[in-house]
Parts: sequence; structure tokens; C-alpha cells
Amino acid sequence: MTLWWIGDIVLLFVIFPVVVILLRNVLDATKSIVPEVQSISRVAAAGSRDLDAAALLLTTQQQVQQTVAGLANYGGSLDVILDDAERE
Amino acid sequence: MVLGVVAPAIVMILAVLLIVLALVYFLVSTILQLRTITAELDDVIDGVSEIVTKSAPVNGVVTTINSQLDAGVDLLEGLLVKKAGLTDAMGLIDGMYPGAAANGLRNFPQSTRVRPPRIGEVYTRGTLNLARLGREAPIAAASHEGPVLRNVAGGSSAARGLYPGGRPVGPRNLPRSPAIGSGAPVQYEEREDIGAPRKQLPPRGD
Repeated sequence: MTLWWIGDIVLLFVIFPVVVILLRNVLDATKSIVPEVQSISRVAAAGSRDLDAAALLLTTQQQVQQTVAGLANYGGSLDVILDDAERE
Repeated sequence: MVLGVVAPAIVMILAVLLIVLALVYFLVSTILQLRTITAELDDVIDGVSEIVTKSAPVNGVVTTINSQLDAGVDLLEGLLVKKAGLTDAMGLIDGMYPGAAANGLRNFPQSTRVRPPRIGEVYTRGTLNLARLGREAPIAAASHEGPVLRNVAGGSSAARGLYPGGRPVGPRNLPRSPAIGSGAPVQYEEREDIGAPRKQLPPRGD
């Protein structure tokens, strides 16, 4: 009978608080993850929006290609018009 | 006696019940939080997937742009050195971008050892102005931060600024040109000294 009471006391004042403390810590840790994940989600969405202009790189590529082609033509003409420098 | 036996059993049942209730409360709360995290992570995955999709062609495009720009730089460097010579080329570069000659030309490693001449000693002012017009560099400006000569955006508006009230037209009634010759209304007498050699003045006496 006494052992039974001791078991009850241990159950109530040792095991129960330990279980509550452990579960509460798990819940707190889980709750702290939620805002972090939400902020990551916002950052990912913002990063995706920032990359909307990446498609313009194709236009940039075409314009650079045309510019370099014009530059080559211009340089070729200059090469014909101007005399070369004297050998140093 | 029966109550003495039952009492610890009831207490134990209550204790176990308390533990089970605590387990249920905290575990259900944790499950709800984990479900929220899962939903948020789905959004994160969507966003990251968009980022991956949108940035996939960037590497190839940027590499192509870089290669094309490299070709342009090679062309310009080669042309400049071919036409101006390495020393003058470095002087011209240093005149346009002060200090840039220290970095040298990419395809001419020996250019870092060239002492760039002062550009004003090599090229005339007109050449410097042409260089400024072409490259919009602060060369020959009052200060390096000075405005460029060419106003690309407002070139025509700047010209219009010379006539705030509109471009003037010529006057309607200009005075007529004088009529000359034998039929002119005004005849002048003929003088023989006009057109003749000028008389020599006597030398100044001492």
C-alpha cells in the first residue's frame, strides 16, 4: 500500500511535470519555427519577383550582339581609314 | 479497508489521466503547428521553384554576353594599339579615365609597364574634345566630375534654348541693295587719285 502511494506521488510530482515540461519545450520550438518559415516564404516570393526581369537578359544579349557587330564594322572602317601607328 | 485500497488506485488513475490529457493537448498543438509549417514550406518550395526556373537560362545568357563583350574589348584594344601605338593608347586611356592606365590592357600585358604620356602633350585640344564627345569621358573638362560636352538626351532642346521666343525669321522689308553703275540714280564724280599709287610721305626728320 505504501509503495502504491509512493508510485502515485512519483507519478504526480515527477513524471507528470517532466512530461509537461518536455512537451511544452517541443511546442515552443515548433511555434518558433513558424515565423521563420513565413519569413523564408516571403523572401522566396520576393526573390522570384526580382527575377522577373531576367527575361530581359535575352534582349540585352541581342543588343550587345548588335552593338559588337556595329563596333566591328566601325573598327573595320577605321582600320581602313586611319594609318597604323609607327612601330615603337 | 476497501477505501484504503481503492484510494491510491483512483489517485493513480487520475495521475495517468492527467498525463494523457497533457500529452493530448501538447501533441495536438504541436501537430497543428507542424501543419502550418508544412503549408508555409509548400509556399517556399513554390517560390524556390520559380527562382530556379527563372534563373536557369541566366548563366548561359550572361556567359554569351560576356564572350561578346570580350570580343568587343579585344577589338577596341587591338584597334587602339594598332592605330595609336601602345604608349599613346595608354596616354589616351589615362586621359579619359585617370588612373586606368595602371591596370593596363588585357591583351597587352606589357602595357602595365608603359608610362602613359600626358594626353595634352600628345593630342590637340580638338582631339580631346572629339574624344570627350565620343566617350563622354571627363577628359579636358574643368574637373573630372564636369559635364560631358555632348548632351545626348537634350541636344535639340538645348539648341532651341538659344531662341526662347521662337526661332526668329528675317525682317519682311529689308533695305534694297544700292544700285551701282552707269544707270545708278546717284552718280559719283570720278577721281583720278582713287586707285592710283599712294603718295610717298616724306621721311620723318630727325
